[in-house]
Amino acid sequence: MPWDRNQMAERAAKELEDGMYVNLGIGIPTLVANYVGDKDITLQSENGMLGMGPFPFEGDEDPDLINAGKQTITELRRTAYFDSAQSFGMIRGGKIAAAILGAMEVSEKGDLANWMIPGKLVKGMGGAMDLVAGVGRVIVVMDHTNKHGDSKVLRECTLPLTGKGVVDLIITNLGVLEVGHKGLHILETAPGVTNDDIRAATEGAIV
Amino acid sequence: MKKIYDNATEALDGLLSDDMLIAAGGFGLCGIPELLIDAIVASGVKDLTFASNNAGVDGFGLGKLLDTRQIRKMMSSYVGENDEFMRQYLSGELEIEFNPQGTLAERMRAGGCGIPGFYTKTGVGTQVAEGKEHKEFRGETYVLEEGIFADLSIVKAWKADETGNCIFRKTARNFNPPAAMCGKVCVMEVEEIVPVGSLEPDHIHLPGIYVHRLIQGEHEKRIEQRTVRQKEQA
Repeated sequence: MPWDRNQMAERAAKELEDGMYVNLGIGIPTLVANYVGDKDITLQSENGMLGMGPFPFEGDEDPDLINAGKQTITELRRTAYFDSAQSFGMIRGGKIAAAILGAMEVSEKGDLANWMIPGKLVKGMGGAMDLVAGVGRVIVVMDHTNKHGDSKVLRECTLPLTGKGVVDLIITNLGVLEVGHKGLHILETAPGVTNDDIRAATEGAIV
Repeated sequence: MKKIYDNATEALDGLLSDDMLIAAGGFGLCGIPELLIDAIVASGVKDLTFASNNAGVDGFGLGKLLDTRQIRKMMSSYVGENDEFMRQYLSGELEIEFNPQGTLAERMRAGGCGIPGFYTKTGVGTQVAEGKEHKEFRGETYVLEEGIFADLSIVKAWKADETGNCIFRKTARNFNPPAAMCGKVCVMEVEEIVPVGSLEPDHIHLPGIYVHRLIQGEHEKRIEQRTVRQKEQA
């Protein structure tokens, strides 16, 4: 049985270590916050906050307190606020230990494409390019194949890149792949998924 | 030196002209200079370029200036929330220069600090680095990005004293300080102007040296994505 969204998020949470400052992207990465358990993890929101709390209770929404997805959130006792230049200063400066992001395509060399599809509506890269260029470790969480069954783990990305050689770890519904110097390594398979299943679903080189 | 004006229209008097570059604070609809945007709409000034992380939503924020076709170009990182924006963009009426969010913030900060260019790793190997100077530092490749020197800054803070020393509230700070810094003239709107001496000097987020004109007013502070959790049953 391949992993579902929550199981992928749960697996991604295992990559986080006590004391880490972490940035979570939109979608499945947001779910990772539900699985950090007792680990002391501080979440960064790139619009200018460290120590992001959960959604507010109804009636407690504050228009001055949102996350990078423009959703209302809450603060914690440890929260600190800062401006966008400082926020990306800490991202670019390598102070954020890890970013967990979604992706459209990842290459065997760790190239990442997750911001635009030519010919379709382009909304912008937001903070994704800064994050992948700056944080300590980039972990991608995505389905292994697209809705047509084509591999999203490729030799070369076909879509415009968000960053070149930036991805360290790929967690998909089928398993966990590490981006090595010579290609991808299978670190783990989802229950009932074999290495051969992953090889069959992966266009990029697995060594 | 009088910084306080009665309203947004008076505060912008003599500062607006066609084709100018305006840096605006705000992230989404959070911390945007609502009152100054309304006054720019009313002024009818046109062919504006805005350096702003986002472009508002339909009918609110910078979306109002898109509805009136007063904006020619946006320098932004994300513009996905606005149908009128997309219509004008796809029909070629509106130009967009996408900037990675941190690059945009640093371009504003740099401009405000008298730094005309800086090298960053962000965007190397992607479309945004095409045509720009690259340079190696300590074995890694960086791309040259230019500081933004705006004609005018429009920003919003929570409270300011009469000299423009100000504090922001929670994540409404966002792009406001760097946007404030990079304009030749900065006009700031706040929820409350307080007497000099009532803000703790150690707690000032942006010193009044960056703020040339100041207004106080009521803000709608619209929420873009209202997300809540349920209270657990007692």
